[in-house]
Amino acid sequence: MDLKYTPEEEAFRAEVRSFIDAELPPDISNKIRLGRRLHKDDFVRWQKILHARGWGAVMWPKRFGGAGWNVVQQHIFEEERADACAPPQLAFSLRMVAPVLMSFANAAQQEHFLPRIITGEQWWCQGYSEPGSGSDLASLRTSAVRQGDHYVVNGQKTWNTLGQYADWIFCLVRTSTEARQQQGISFLLVDMKSPGISVKPIITLDGEHEINEIWFDNVKVPVENLVGEENKGWTYAKFLLVHERTNNAGIGMCKRGLKRLKEIASQQVSNGRSLLEDSRFRDRVAQVELELMALEITNLRVLSASASEQRDIGPEVSLLKIKGSEIIQQLGELMMHALGHDALPFLHEALEAEWMADPLLAKHYPPYAPAISGQYFNLRKTSIYAGSNEIQKNIISKLILGL
Amino acid sequence: MDFRYTEEQLALQDTLQRFISRDYGFEQRRALTRSPLGYSPQAWTQYAELGLLGLPLPEEYGGLSGSGVDVMLVMESVGQGLLLEPYWSSVVLCGGLICDAASPAIKQAILPQIVEGKAKLAFACYEAQGRYDLGYVECSAARAAGGWQLSGKKSVVLDAPSADYLLVSARTAGARTDVEGVSLFLVRKDAPGVSVRSYPTQSGGRAADVELKNVAAGEDTVIGSVGQALNIMERAVDLGVAALCAEALGIMVALNQATLNYSKTRKQFGLPIGSFQALQHRMADMFIATEQTRSMAIIAAINAPSDDAAERRRAVSGAKAYIGQASRFVGQQAVQLHGAMGVVDDVVVSHYFKRLTMIDMTFGDADHHLGRVSELLR
Repeated sequence: MDLKYTPEEEAFRAEVRSFIDAELPPDISNKIRLGRRLHKDDFVRWQKILHARGWGAVMWPKRFGGAGWNVVQQHIFEEERADACAPPQLAFSLRMVAPVLMSFANAAQQEHFLPRIITGEQWWCQGYSEPGSGSDLASLRTSAVRQGDHYVVNGQKTWNTLGQYADWIFCLVRTSTEARQQQGISFLLVDMKSPGISVKPIITLDGEHEINEIWFDNVKVPVENLVGEENKGWTYAKFLLVHERTNNAGIGMCKRGLKRLKEIASQQVSNGRSLLEDSRFRDRVAQVELELMALEITNLRVLSASASEQRDIGPEVSLLKIKGSEIIQQLGELMMHALGHDALPFLHEALEAEWMADPLLAKHYPPYAPAISGQYFNLRKTSIYAGSNEIQKNIISKLILGL
Repeated sequence: MDFRYTEEQLALQDTLQRFISRDYGFEQRRALTRSPLGYSPQAWTQYAELGLLGLPLPEEYGGLSGSGVDVMLVMESVGQGLLLEPYWSSVVLCGGLICDAASPAIKQAILPQIVEGKAKLAFACYEAQGRYDLGYVECSAARAAGGWQLSGKKSVVLDAPSADYLLVSARTAGARTDVEGVSLFLVRKDAPGVSVRSYPTQSGGRAADVELKNVAAGEDTVIGSVGQALNIMERAVDLGVAALCAEALGIMVALNQATLNYSKTRKQFGLPIGSFQALQHRMADMFIATEQTRSMAIIAAINAPSDDAAERRRAVSGAKAYIGQASRFVGQQAVQLHGAMGVVDDVVVSHYFKRLTMIDMTFGDADHHLGRVSELLR
């Protein structure tokens, strides 16, 4: 048992840090630092830079072109990435569909898709939830009917994050209604340019367009885009969710958020002194800091245990998801409250990179302020997405506690 | 970074588990809590034979030079078995303090006795109005022929009734809350002028209020430099607090298991109560709190011996604050989920709960330690 980084791990951190310092475009990091809006090109540019260095997929094994890093290396990378205000990599492509392809797809599918994912050439989105199927995902109704060498897909998916940018969507579709509902689901890869697909924006409470509805109207999908076996999609779907949750703790992002919170609180003035000297506020910050301190180690313990026992990661990730989402929400809440009444303006135009406050507003309104309340509202999603925290507790009860 | 235990550590854990299930059953323990001594001298002898009493102490005094993680493993078992013997006071807290700061002569005189189970110690550091402030010292040490003369009162000295020696903080200079001027003395409990009023504690152990009236303490009984003891006391308390965190962890694991077992067997409305979602989610929350507690206990165990005072405080007080809150939650909910069975003396749950409650309030509760972390925040 040792919590210190080895000299090799420290050297690795230095290497990651100097690479990011040298290669991260300042226009992108400035946007993130100030909470300004990121566009597709920002994510793709960064993905290409990482890929050129061989770090396009740090969580993939080497045989698929990944960096093949261990758990601690991935943790260090995420910390450095978040601290430097580099964009997160696209989870839907790299952490969700890719592990499913590696484990369950045929060689032709792997050879076709994985190289396009790692270069950033293909942007993927997730077609899981439907209007009537949220927590009860297995009740999904979007149908895929086999007709010769095609499936014909009809139905509606929803909450598709960044689906407006997507080149491809991985979908859970119903291919059978005969047995238990879990046994009639298949995992299908669909080209977003296929005729019959329409994407409609959903505007969230922060006023932003992050999520979408995607409609399928007699969309023809070649049979070779089926992953694994027909009607076995539920197994792949659950496998994907576990992989998705391995990064749900978001330690790097939370650490960055905590640092940011302290910076903001130390710049905000309350009763003539820094808000960080107000013990009532500071104790709340300390409380979140402790929760994060614990989660960092819990996260590494859970991931290291599965690695050293050479097994796939299991239902323990649910605990990482619950705690990680709670922490990032608390940080968002504290950041907003740190701003006091400067949290009240809600300026959408201020989220564009080039925005400058006019002189009257700028007197009291710091450049980091416009993003903060929107982030607070947006972060309510974290305890709902990827399986609501209540669903995570069901998973813990059933699969860990045996209830 | 490495999150694995060594083979030796796993073997140690196994030995302790076997000892608890064989020799420390619930009824045996309950009888001990009601006995005059309040603990088992036979068990103490067994701990000596197993090497536990020397585990964290240096090899040159007969110990095993074990690590913070070794102590953590033992303390988890102390928690799980609700062991009543004064292991924590004697070995971890006072033994640790002597190793850290005492003269070679004191080390030579005391440590082998601790290792062999021949001497037990208690830490007489707190006073009635001082709450959790180690620097609040009214007890005085005045110059006298051949050394010092101690007078004053120490309150709620844990494990004092079974101790042979007391480590007593007394003021050699300054006003009662000054950082400077606190000194530490090794005092035989049977020395003339020492009187002890013993009582049971919440968790079935023993403590005492101690009065010192003109107790003679030679120059050679001073631990550390005269007037400079606060630092060494704080270091020892950090070691002790880290160990308490591990004890709390052991209890929380045991309580979760007990609660889970109960919820799978107890039936209401024709179903095991563990099939109800309200209870399932509570138990999931208890599980999460316990996993987070384990991480904090590891952080505390590894950092408690650090020489960097700020790093140590952040780790140890952070862990104590976190675990104080988490253990209140797990303890209270374990009682709640056992229904009325949770509030009877005949079921182990209430005993675990009381021990957890007491750990939270030993050497600073969650609020106290959160304040310490908060002051360091930057």
